Amino acid sequence: MNPTIAALLIQDGLTSGAIYALIALALLIVFTITRVILVPQGQFVTFSALTFGLLQSGVMPLTAVPVAVMAVIASGLDVATAPPRQRWRTLGDAAWRQLAWPLLLLGVTFYATPAGLGTAGQILFTLAVVIPLGPLMYRVVFAPMADASILLLLIVAVAVDVAMGGLGLLLFGSDGVRTAPLLAVSIPFAGIRIHGAVLLVLGTGALAMLALLLFFGRTLSGKALRATAYNALGARLVGIRVRRAGQLAFILAAALGAVSGILVSSIMTVYFDSGFIIGLKGFIAAIIGGLASYPLAVGGALAIGMIEAFSAFYNSTFQDVIVFSALVPILVVRSLLSPALAEEEPVE
Amino acid sequence: MIRRGLWGAALAGFVVIPLIAPSFWLTLLDIAGISALIGLGLVLLTGAAGLTSFGQAAFAGIAAYAAAYLITTAGFSPLEALPFSLLAVALAALLLGGVTLRLSGHYLPISTIAWAAAIFYLFARLQVLGGQTGISGIPPISLFGLQLVSGRNCFVLIWACVLCVIVTQNWLLRARAGRAIRSLRAGTLLAESFGIPVFRTRLTAFVYAALLAGLAGWLYLEFIRFLNPSPFDITAGIKDLFVVMIGGAAYPWGAVAGAAILSSLPDVLQAITSGQNENYDLIAYGVIIVLLLQRSRIGLVGALIARFPALRAPAIKVTPSAAALPSRKLPRRGEVLLQAAHVEKWFGGLCAVKDMSFEVRAGEIVGLIGPNGAGKSTMFNLITGAATPSAGQITLCGTDVTGAPPGAAIRLGVSRSFQHVKLLRGASVLENVMIGGHLRGRKGLLAGMFRADRAEEASLAAEAARQLGRVGLADVMHRPAGSLALGPQRLVEVARALCADPVLLLLDEPAAGLRHAEKQELAQLLHALRDAGIAVLLVEHDMDFVMNLVDRLVVMDAGAKLTEGLPGVVQADQRVLDVYLGGVA
Repeated sequence: MNPTIAALLIQDGLTSGAIYALIALALLIVFTITRVILVPQGQFVTFSALTFGLLQSGVMPLTAVPVAVMAVIASGLDVATAPPRQRWRTLGDAAWRQLAWPLLLLGVTFYATPAGLGTAGQILFTLAVVIPLGPLMYRVVFAPMADASILLLLIVAVAVDVAMGGLGLLLFGSDGVRTAPLLAVSIPFAGIRIHGAVLLVLGTGALAMLALLLFFGRTLSGKALRATAYNALGARLVGIRVRRAGQLAFILAAALGAVSGILVSSIMTVYFDSGFIIGLKGFIAAIIGGLASYPLAVGGALAIGMIEAFSAFYNSTFQDVIVFSALVPILVVRSLLSPALAEEEPVE
Repeated sequence: MIRRGLWGAALAGFVVIPLIAPSFWLTLLDIAGISALIGLGLVLLTGAAGLTSFGQAAFAGIAAYAAAYLITTAGFSPLEALPFSLLAVALAALLLGGVTLRLSGHYLPISTIAWAAAIFYLFARLQVLGGQTGISGIPPISLFGLQLVSGRNCFVLIWACVLCVIVTQNWLLRARAGRAIRSLRAGTLLAESFGIPVFRTRLTAFVYAALLAGLAGWLYLEFIRFLNPSPFDITAGIKDLFVVMIGGAAYPWGAVAGAAILSSLPDVLQAITSGQNENYDLIAYGVIIVLLLQRSRIGLVGALIARFPALRAPAIKVTPSAAALPSRKLPRRGEVLLQAAHVEKWFGGLCAVKDMSFEVRAGEIVGLIGPNGAGKSTMFNLITGAATPSAGQITLCGTDVTGAPPGAAIRLGVSRSFQHVKLLRGASVLENVMIGGHLRGRKGLLAGMFRADRAEEASLAAEAARQLGRVGLADVMHRPAGSLALGPQRLVEVARALCADPVLLLLDEPAAGLRHAEKQELAQLLHALRDAGIAVLLVEHDMDFVMNLVDRLVVMDAGAKLTEGLPGVVQADQRVLDVYLGGVA
């Protein structure tokens, strides 16, 4: 291996590592706040990548349809669980807060053309349609069973992932998409050319992490989320609404997923079933961080990206085998670090 | 009666179906049977032990590929390949279980997803295993000169396996090894306190489940007689878990019900949507599981049993005349059974127990009292080895157990009850008490599966029933433990501790939630135990109960010993009154 190839591989590793870091961060946010291990995180990435990809190729994606269906279900749940006297008011609220947005999205879907949106409009529409999937998923699936065990929530998360995989195939078909680079520049550096897409991924990744840092450190909502993650009951006692915290966590997760999706679609071909594998790599990073530490998870994500890039060079056939097997030594270390057998939390 | 009828129907179906069913149905049933076998492994792993795996399809794949490789390149016959492919699966399960089963609840399922993905890619990429194109030309099994080439013949083989596993698993779940596996669901502390080795028991359940998946993989290979990686991908592993979630993870028949439903779902959906899109089934699986788990978590068979109690497994038979279990020689009266010397326990910067020294002697009842947060339960955990002291020494029956692994205390004859009740809610009261006698039996997994343990089980059941009689719960012994009120549940814990044949009994708030008359009976029982030479150390908040019961009191406050002495003296001690009533600052 010569320095040029090494530099190229490091560039690849950093790029995919940054994507995995965004996913790992989303997983950590959701897990610490709601105890849900969000397996479908990767689906936000594919939904966003494929929505954006279809728009670029001039086809209007129907992503808004499941958003609208879920919004109707969520409103129905709100009305059904409201006290009888407040049903009408809840319905009014729901119509305004939950149904207006999907209606707007449907309007765009059926009356606008992809070309008419322009690139910026396409990006905005992609974000606008994918991000609501997060809070709606929380409202419909996870909030009604918020007190279930971690294991049960995990099984449900896997079920959601399976359903979204099927839905993705239905909405986007089995063809992969790869979008044109958003930043058509390339800068010579250390004997290689760094492409705009790479800069965009690294820049956006750093920006997103900085934004999260500020959000959790400086804003009241962010601090409320941290309090909920630390102790949900205690947070509730001081007046933090735990359900809103969960909703916010899912908004953040879907937003991180949607942004990653737009970024990732310009550096690799994304298929309807790519999300699970991308998500799984984010998971391994999150596990390196013990499902608790943000910096360790980001470091882990970059390490996974590097392992992936270098194993692609040395043995491309077994690249995925190597990446997923990397979990085993990590678990061995974790297992040796944990002093005693951990207490089991039964499924039910 | 009804159960017998259903078994008869199942056997009749086993004989009649291959004779009359059209081949479309036979194929479907064969697939369902293979899926049910994997599900049966998960019934033990998830339903009984509470461990979750999304990687069972990978184990099936390991067996199938090992067999296919041996058959096509090494010239083995399918039957000769079977033991080797099971061996391969067992080794893989030991390795993967060894690195993952020490981790806490949710790490296991996540890591099963990761290594299942790794194994799947290995199948898909290894050229010796045919890569994506796969391996073809697998010869059929020939049994007694008969080639199993049709769905009809395979049906007999597959469902014979399924029925055998159901029968042996039903027996196993009720046997000593099965109770040990089930006890894991109530937490590691319970299992360790009664001498059940947690890691080894988890590993046993894990390997058992992997072997059933391996058997299913081998049957699948011989049924399809062609192999490619896709049936063993991660989606397949997820569906395997869905099978038992839908059918009912706590029941062997749940695996069969779930497999039948999930195997026929694609065809049903295709009929409904008139074949327009075959990928609705993924969406349907997901939605069904979400709805199911949001509403009820007992599965189809669980719901049926709740609706028709006659389907419940018959109660364990108690024969009072069964041979008595070996029992411990009781120590001489006055012999020191527990000696704590300058014991300390720090949690980070917090000192929970500070320089505690006291003794408990055979034939006395000692009360450990103190206000909430004084460190009494921590002291219990230090004595039983559930926690390790930061400093000091603990001696049980003359043996230094400081830092000894959990399980040392129970082997020396020290058993306990818990402040927060740890019972298997779905198991009968009798079965819960039998867990206490775990170390008094020795029959293992295989003996349990094939009922070679009947004499020992009868002795254990008789002993458990005798202890339940002592605490006054003989008439509810066949009820599910979760159906009792909290007070009686605590008495079940006392009976379970007694079933271990202890010389020293540690009881953590045994009288909480008991009615007055029940407390009187408990006091009588404890006096009788004392008179027989057993020592009792109890934590209790009900002062009337304690003062009339104990011979001696040890008072703790803020982790340290405040005083020690006869109840009357302690009761008059101004310092004790201060900590309880809040002294003048």
